Amino acid sequence: MRSLYRTLWRSSRDPAFTKAFPVGVAVAAYGLSYGVLAVAAGLSPLVATISSIIVLAGGSQFAFVGVLAAGGSPLAGAISGLLLNLRYLAFGFAIAPHLPHARRRRRAIDGYLVVDESVALGLAGPNDAVAHRFRVAGWTVVTMWIGATALGAYGGQLIGDPERFGLDAAFPAGFLALLSPWLVHRPGRVAAVLGAVLAIGLTPVAPPGIPIIAAGFGAIVAMRLTPANLPEVDDAPGGGEPTAGNPQRHGDDS
Amino acid sequence: MSAIVAGLVVLAAGTYALKVAGPMLAAGRTLPPWARRLAELMTAALLAALVATQTLASGTTLIVDARLVGVAAAGLAVWRRAPFIVVVVIGAATTGVLRAAGWN
Repeated sequence: MRSLYRTLWRSSRDPAFTKAFPVGVAVAAYGLSYGVLAVAAGLSPLVATISSIIVLAGGSQFAFVGVLAAGGSPLAGAISGLLLNLRYLAFGFAIAPHLPHARRRRRAIDGYLVVDESVALGLAGPNDAVAHRFRVAGWTVVTMWIGATALGAYGGQLIGDPERFGLDAAFPAGFLALLSPWLVHRPGRVAAVLGAVLAIGLTPVAPPGIPIIAAGFGAIVAMRLTPANLPEVDDAPGGGEPTAGNPQRHGDDS
Repeated sequence: MSAIVAGLVVLAAGTYALKVAGPMLAAGRTLPPWARRLAELMTAALLAALVATQTLASGTTLIVDARLVGVAAAGLAVWRRAPFIVVVVIGAATTGVLRAAGWN
């Protein structure tokens, strides 16, 4: 008990934690809505909570339950989520050079902690403490995301019919907020427009979920149409995407 | 539910593989620029597709209903740099109010 107190006291004075905490609060708000919507889409509260533990990537979890809610198959939902998570490959490579001399098991855990917030907060600041900031932010997100999901999943049942409160519109509203950082540069805008047009065009003719996957081709076309002038992503995860410390950024996407 | 759990396991395993590749493999290695660029643009394309279909699609038909107004209001909030949770609440509340007023 005493050591728990000491740990809490020490972390309350750790600048890495004081930076990560407000981000964690935003993550919690997002997790709460995920818990509610996941149950509305047909997951049991337990499965919804477990999904946050084993996936730990909010945007893709929203995509998964969004596809289910629209009548798509779980496999189509999983593929949509994975395409959305392709950026974590880039994020993992961006943070990796700052995690030196770590043992294999440590690196396996570090891999789990790769989310938008942890990479953004880790890379923002002096180079000698990147790993520390990354891990503190990562564990903050883990705690908040999973806890809030459980709260939303078990508590959301009290709400009743979610459509009555417009909760189905909460999905696209949230995705729009997540999308906004990508709209500041032209390649991002071209990819977004192509993705949206492809998905809408295919909706009447393809099974639910497939239009989202097909929208990925919009990214490939956008790559050919626009010059390779995206800002470097070596130091800023998300290539020019505003980082979590930047007020421009919306919420999270753990 | 078991199909849902299977889908989640696929999503979890694939996501972990994407996340851990860097920390496990990259001792000083980086992704080629085209791969980083594709990952970036893929995120933009998919998020936009999700916004569009979840605003306008109902199953396999396209309809204009209260969601469109809600998402437009949310877009305004995004433009005004409102925090994430405010954007979501505005989108849902606008839609809910319109439905309560009898417009679907």
